[in-house]
Amino acid sequence: MTTNILMPALSPTMEEGTLTKWLVKEGDEVHSGDILAEIETDKATMEFEAVDEGRIGKILVPEGTEGVKVNQPIAVLLAEGEEAGAAPDIEAAMASIKTAVDEEAKTPAKQPTGSPQKEVPDARGESGGGVKPDKAPPETGGDGQRVFASPLARRIAAQKGIDLSSLSGSGPRGRIVKADVEGARVSATPAQPRAAAAPSPAPAGTSLAGIAPLPDARAYFKPDDYEEIPHDSMRKAIARRLTSAKTLMPHFYLTVDCQIDELLAARARLNAASPKEGGYKLSVNDFVVKAAAGALIRVPEVNASWTDNAILRHRHADIGVAVALDFGLITPIVFHAEEKGLAAISAEVKALAERARTKKLKPAEFEGGSFAISNLGMYGIRDFTAVINPPHAAILAVGAGEQRAVVRNGKVEIATVMTVTMSCDHRVIDGATGARFLQAFKLFVEDPAALLL
Amino acid sequence: MADAFDVLVIGSGPAGYVCAIRAAQLGQKVAIVERERLGGICLNWGCIPTKALLRSSEIWHLMQRLNEFGFSAENFKFDLPKIVDRSRKVAQQLSNGVAFLMKKHKIQVIEGVAKLAGKGMVAVTKDGKATEYSAKNIVLATGARARSLPGLEPDGKQIWTYREALVPDTFPKSLLVVGSGAIGIEFASFFHTLGSKVTVVEVLDRVLPVEDEEISSLAAKAFAKQGMTIKTATTVEKLEKTNGSVTAILKTKDGKTETLTVDRVISAVGIVGNVENLGLEQAGVKVEKSHVVIDQWGATGVPGIWAIGDLAGPPWLAHKGMHEGVIVAERIAGVKGTHPLDTSKIPGCTYCWPQVASVGMTEVKAKAAGRKIKVGRFPFIGNGKAIALGEPEGLVKTVFDAETGELLGAHMIGAEVTELIHGYTIARTLEATEAELAATVFPHPTLSEMLHEAVLAADGAALHV
Repeated sequence: MTTNILMPALSPTMEEGTLTKWLVKEGDEVHSGDILAEIETDKATMEFEAVDEGRIGKILVPEGTEGVKVNQPIAVLLAEGEEAGAAPDIEAAMASIKTAVDEEAKTPAKQPTGSPQKEVPDARGESGGGVKPDKAPPETGGDGQRVFASPLARRIAAQKGIDLSSLSGSGPRGRIVKADVEGARVSATPAQPRAAAAPSPAPAGTSLAGIAPLPDARAYFKPDDYEEIPHDSMRKAIARRLTSAKTLMPHFYLTVDCQIDELLAARARLNAASPKEGGYKLSVNDFVVKAAAGALIRVPEVNASWTDNAILRHRHADIGVAVALDFGLITPIVFHAEEKGLAAISAEVKALAERARTKKLKPAEFEGGSFAISNLGMYGIRDFTAVINPPHAAILAVGAGEQRAVVRNGKVEIATVMTVTMSCDHRVIDGATGARFLQAFKLFVEDPAALLL
Repeated sequence: MADAFDVLVIGSGPAGYVCAIRAAQLGQKVAIVERERLGGICLNWGCIPTKALLRSSEIWHLMQRLNEFGFSAENFKFDLPKIVDRSRKVAQQLSNGVAFLMKKHKIQVIEGVAKLAGKGMVAVTKDGKATEYSAKNIVLATGARARSLPGLEPDGKQIWTYREALVPDTFPKSLLVVGSGAIGIEFASFFHTLGSKVTVVEVLDRVLPVEDEEISSLAAKAFAKQGMTIKTATTVEKLEKTNGSVTAILKTKDGKTETLTVDRVISAVGIVGNVENLGLEQAGVKVEKSHVVIDQWGATGVPGIWAIGDLAGPPWLAHKGMHEGVIVAERIAGVKGTHPLDTSKIPGCTYCWPQVASVGMTEVKAKAAGRKIKVGRFPFIGNGKAIALGEPEGLVKTVFDAETGELLGAHMIGAEVTELIHGYTIARTLEATEAELAATVFPHPTLSEMLHEAVLAADGAALHV
């Protein structure tokens, strides 16, 4: 029998991806484990392996296709002895793709597909200008919490592609009513009259009821005076995630200066002692990761994640290390950093960064984690604040180590000082808790031997 | 100076006494001032006594149809003083009820005429003696009265307002009703049913002008069929009183005049707010077109002075005043989550025969607002209960937004529709769409099934037509 090969979900959050390249062609025999295609998501490019064996009967989605939905058929696998022409469900598969694509074009909001009997033309729906009452948006928000909204608000939201869970309700007991959805709709429309001539991308999903929308920047410039670079999936992901994080998490910031002369001396000694075979070259950042891991174990309140009904306190220090890419930014994770030595951390960070630059990271390597470090010291930045990357509750922004005048025992002396600023999610971390973490961190970077304690 | 109150309400009509009760429930120390009878116009001279009269005329109407229902009787007649007496007793019972409610909620009732007397002060005059009361919040709820047009000034003898019409000293054999709003039409219906020859004059081009055009037209047809004379687009130029009768000179829109001689005239040409002698101007309370100007929360703009009910403007409906009373009491007490009143969700009822009830936008207004609409209609003749009751005439009509399914308005005419309109009012308040209404199970056999059918009809899916 024939089998449809479906677009895989290569990570828990993946909704769609780009089918970058087919590594098989029609007629090829494939075996379980063979690599069929390369698929790109917003964060990485991944190889897609065959699960079954058979022969590729038909490739349904050509390479280079963007926005392929998870579970959409992308190819047909024939069992032994079957002919491609004999496969009866190819056309059906093609039709289902077309339907899915059409549906997507018609309805921007994600909606569950109606049950079969609801697909029967409905006199009421048809005469009602295509209004189908059964196509109500899901009753739950992304976190599974029930969203309370009036039927009318639900329908308008579905028609306008507004995510109800992004709104706050003004009706009785916070119920979302028509006025809330209409307010959202208005705010999703560029208000600048000058924007009329320019294309008007509605920043849907970035507006909150009662808050004026940001103007479309195009309104301020002549079209010839700029180049327009469309968002790629990583840019969209960064915008979506960090807007949510900065809007929904109450950030506060703690800054401490660390004197790292001893750390630099230790680093020089250790690097000089690196063996020729399987050597290492430790960076300051490797020490920072190790020190953060130690501090996270010592002050576990910081090694945590917020959920609506509980704080998750993590058992391991899984530290994301922000890596700048020429096309964006990604934070691969050093898992169980508290169990690893400096050389292992150093090797791992290097390998992860290299794979990130070539888009070869697997989602499991950059999704999740319990803490993050962003280091802009190599750019000479002295001090900065970073946006927490959920599900983390904190991020450490690390500045450059530079010689500064410090006062020791009543005398001005020169020391190499590195300023770090931790952004904390106040729902999880209180001021004193964050301060205790930075105390521990400071101890570990100023006196690396303390990591042996 | 007497006691200090948290809330002092001036006027004990439905807006005022409800405000007082709600404020008392919220722990405020409350007083209410009334110059006449507790319950105001609604209980004493409006909603309630007219309903008592109309119940009598309804019974009279049914008695004309005894044979149809399998009875026979001869020589039955009505006794007007008894009908009026019953109406007064009903009013008295309810006024006593308000007195009980005030006592139950420990609200001090102050008899007399109130006037604002400086910041946080109210002077109440009774029998020439004034007493001053201080209050943190003063709620104005003095209501409204019949408007008087030049040349049509009521004299209380031959030219009545609702007030005399409620306690007629004689049964008028012929009657001219000026104005075809709810008040005019209800009296026209009452006297006509009991046998008066009634003429209704309306300056606009249709009766019940605030109702949906289609409902107005059906009402006019029903009244004409009963034998009432309806003259729309007509004004009363002059009333000449002669001994025992009144001659009216009527002028139509196209300039033709005619004369009409009747026993009595009822003037029902609108109402004006009771804004006089309250000290509003000195207090800085803004008045426009005889009504106190308020914001969405009933605040007048003068700190500590609020206004509710008919005094605060249309729609002049007791239930609108009651809701305003609750809103103001909750604002004063700082209750969270209070919502302003949305007038598009206030139903209106007229208790003529046949009854008329509505909520929200008329079909014409919805179109004028640029809405793409779908309209559902269901006639009484398709409803089993209506036929069993012997009331097969009437219509239930729905106006939906075709795109969103919002119930923009509902309009009905026929038996007991005033008891049905709340179904659609709830739907509007909960923002139900046609889908939820279509999915609602209505009990059979009831008139309420027509509410369901009129929803289905908007999508061409009514079952019993």
